[in-house]
Amino acid sequence: MTKRTIIPFGPQHPVLPEPIHLDLVVEDETVVEAIPSIGFIHRGLEKLVEKRDFQEFVYVAERICGICSFIHGMTYCHGVEQLMKIEVPARAHYLRTVWSELSRIHSHLLWLGLTADAFGFESLFMHSWRLREKVLDIIEATTGGRVIFGSCKIGGVRRDIENAELKAIAARLQDYAKEYKELGDVFLNDLTVKRRLCGVGTLSGADALQLGAVGPMLRASGVAQDMRLLKYAAYGEIAFAPITASEGDSYARCAVRIGEIFQSVDIIRQCSEKIPAGAIETKVVGFPDGEFYARTEQPRGEVIYYVKANGTKNLERLRVRTPTFANIPAMLKVMPGIQLADVPVLVLTIDPCISCTER
Amino acid sequence: MIEFQDLRETTPERLLGEVQEMRNSGYRLVQIGATRTEGFEINYSFDRNLAFVNLKIRLADNDQVIPSITDVYWSAFLYENELHDLFGLQIRNINIDYQGNFYKVTRPAAFAERPVVAPRPKRTVKPAADTEDREK
Repeated sequence: MTKRTIIPFGPQHPVLPEPIHLDLVVEDETVVEAIPSIGFIHRGLEKLVEKRDFQEFVYVAERICGICSFIHGMTYCHGVEQLMKIEVPARAHYLRTVWSELSRIHSHLLWLGLTADAFGFESLFMHSWRLREKVLDIIEATTGGRVIFGSCKIGGVRRDIENAELKAIAARLQDYAKEYKELGDVFLNDLTVKRRLCGVGTLSGADALQLGAVGPMLRASGVAQDMRLLKYAAYGEIAFAPITASEGDSYARCAVRIGEIFQSVDIIRQCSEKIPAGAIETKVVGFPDGEFYARTEQPRGEVIYYVKANGTKNLERLRVRTPTFANIPAMLKVMPGIQLADVPVLVLTIDPCISCTER
Repeated sequence: MIEFQDLRETTPERLLGEVQEMRNSGYRLVQIGATRTEGFEINYSFDRNLAFVNLKIRLADNDQVIPSITDVYWSAFLYENELHDLFGLQIRNINIDYQGNFYKVTRPAAFAERPVVAPRPKRTVKPAADTEDREK
């Protein structure tokens, strides 16, 4: 019998910008089991709702993550708005949709770059981030921030984008899409990339559902589930269908994310054509009361904000379940059988965001 | 659009049976979370084709032992270890039990403490006549 060895992976590792640890049980070079450890930097931000006014807490919610910060803030606002039965103006819904999709494009380009870096394709990494920079420029021009947008508030949004400017952004993104196509073609057709991704970490649709996987991890296994189908923000008025793949391996997860970049470009185009005129915020009167589970689709998958309030200025409880937390069991399930050299790539294919997870 | 959410209550004794029914009906485990109230509330959330169901149990205190659902949903071990480390909840037979080392926090079960409401600062300057008194 081959001797088993336990190899620690992380919390400090070249492919991991944030701390997660795996105890990898290996036989020769083959992984037979993986035990995760997280919680190195748990911040306890949920507890802060007891000390921050429910409207002030939007700023904290946005800072839970440095990549999908806008969607964190929006999901929090969505939950409180449902409790208070606030009618958000239609224009604000469209603006929220535009910023959400810009977040998705830049997050997926960030992931493509990190993945290329993980398998040593440095020029592909640089091109991915070069294209991401252009999206960050749009975000900065429309919100004033590149990471923290500060644009979402309970009852609507703080900033407007003029219709002409929005159409110009949509047109610019259509131009960028040609470059995304060139980049995507390398990821999807290059032999060396395919050798690192095809057949690595295959997850069936049934296992993905049973293990609670979300987002591209779930859709790459053939399950067409996307929280945007719940029709929050303006998604009820936008034509789109979840991007799926059937193979369930790392290549499929990559293909789903590339497809979603083009889908986001199209959603922003639709928003620029359909956005109605009108106010961008509603006045908030009173305090929230009751409980609600706000669910939205982040670039990494479904995020949950459970808000419970008792009619005072402070929420009684805020609970955030991030997509990375939900995808860890599925990642562990597909580890056995892969080669040790594939572990960094496989960990990256769930697009881990430990900052969110350690909220 | 407001999403319909099916929020149900159950008891710790009936929990495993109801969770097994959710599994048999093809529901995905979405999350498990706790709330500090007079005692504790634990919420088990499920989804099937965007239909959301939540099972809630109530505990008088965190000494009461509740069963793990990891035999039904393997992935629940992350949530159950989190409940133990943040709320001090006692969960029996978790398939991967970190024994309190899931979160490396300086204060164990910090979320089990009741919220501290800070006393309002006393006004030191009397408001001028005909001005708004915001503290009233």
